Amino acid sequence: MSSEKTEVQLIIDGKRVDGRSPDDMRNIRVEAGVLGEADGSSYVEWGGNKITCGVYGPRECIPKHDSSPYHSIVKCRYMMSPFASSEEHSRSGPSRRSTELSKVIREVFENLIISEKFPNTQIDIYIDVLQAEGGTRTASVTAAAVALANAGIPMKDMVSAVAVGKAGGVMLLDLGKFEDNFGQSDMPIALSARDKKILLLQMDGMLTKEEIEKALDMAEAGCVELHQVQADALRRFYEGGEKESFRF
Amino acid sequence: MSHIRRDVMKKTLVNGARFDGRAMDEFRPIEIQRGAITTAEGSAIAKIGDTKVLAAIKFDVVKPFNDRPEEGVLTTNAELLPAASPSFEPGPPNEYSIELARVVDRAIRSTECIDTKSFFIEPEKALGLYIDLYVLNHDGNFTDAATLAATAALMDTKVPKVENNKIVRGSVDRMLNPSRLAVSTTMIKVGDYWLLDPSRDEEKVLESTITIATTDDKVCAVQKGKGALTKTEFLDLIDIAFKRGKDIRGILKG
Repeated sequence: MSSEKTEVQLIIDGKRVDGRSPDDMRNIRVEAGVLGEADGSSYVEWGGNKITCGVYGPRECIPKHDSSPYHSIVKCRYMMSPFASSEEHSRSGPSRRSTELSKVIREVFENLIISEKFPNTQIDIYIDVLQAEGGTRTASVTAAAVALANAGIPMKDMVSAVAVGKAGGVMLLDLGKFEDNFGQSDMPIALSARDKKILLLQMDGMLTKEEIEKALDMAEAGCVELHQVQADALRRFYEGGEKESFRF
Repeated sequence: MSHIRRDVMKKTLVNGARFDGRAMDEFRPIEIQRGAITTAEGSAIAKIGDTKVLAAIKFDVVKPFNDRPEEGVLTTNAELLPAASPSFEPGPPNEYSIELARVVDRAIRSTECIDTKSFFIEPEKALGLYIDLYVLNHDGNFTDAATLAATAALMDTKVPKVENNKIVRGSVDRMLNPSRLAVSTTMIKVGDYWLLDPSRDEEKVLESTITIATTDDKVCAVQKGKGALTKTEFLDLIDIAFKRGKDIRGILKG
């Protein structure tokens, strides 16, 4: 985040650095069932983000003392590869950031998965960010929803997520990496598809209440679009039809 | 907590009453003790009811980040001390302590209340400011207590003198004087009610939780935890957070 007096020009003639309008999302491609060994899986390509998600379970909960006789335990591991950013090689393994993101992503799906059906078990959501270009947590939520559906895990609703932020003094949908780094605020939001409940919400930077209200409206429009892409991916997978051969 | 206590607690809350007799929007008594640690450049203990969090500020000479070569570095760490609660265990940071540190960090960093450019010494050298948060006793709502302690500690912080690229320990160059005061307000939902400043027992039955940090006129950080909420609920909670933030900033300036 940097102050309003940012030296980097993020809006030129009402267009963003990559030519998008403020309420345009980047190109998004979603595929279901891309990892043969997993019970359910997905791949999301979102701008320069490339993310795979594999879901296992419900399966035996290990360690046993984590299990509950009332419901299944949802576990989530979000990981960023050390080669995911265009800058230096980062350390492999969990970081403070990935630990926090794993937690907030898990909390999205704890609301949706009908976990009472599977006592004493766990459901694992493994998210791997192979390439990152801003907005990986929202792309991860979008990917995990498809992978869980692909695993046949009963859920109350689907979910999609997108970030809205402020950069160059303008509210923008789906911030890219550049806009996130040099912008004034970032607010990732996940909304359930049917009842539009907020399932993930974080924010940094400084926004007024009016700007937040606008951000929520923009996110809602984005999530409607995303839901369609997710549903299409699942339909393509199950209807068979013309299955384009999958390439990363 | 026993299942019986949990059930009774939940039933009471669902009916719109709290176990300790507080109103839904009532905070427990707040107390701030500044300068608790004399070996640190700034410190404060914030108490909210029986919850106690210590924040200490230390400076070191560090290498600036590559993308901000002429700025100092702000680092926040949090420890949930095992003595503070029967549910805390010794060991490396877990997701709760990491989340706490990152939420407080985000609230303070977003306000740009610290002029990190003034921490620049010479190429490759700048002051690093460390905020260490120690949860000493956890009776619920350690997030708000930690933000309060951190903000109070920053108000107490003396920037030391630097000579020959070394900090002269114990010296005072100037007061840090943060330009804005970030205050966080955590709210939980049980049944149909949103309540402020949850106690530890209330946190055990929560359905949804959210922390909203504010300055005088802007929201500076949000972190939703468990559960779900509607857009209308969220916008209403922002109003409550602004109101609460104003009260607490009054106490801080007190």
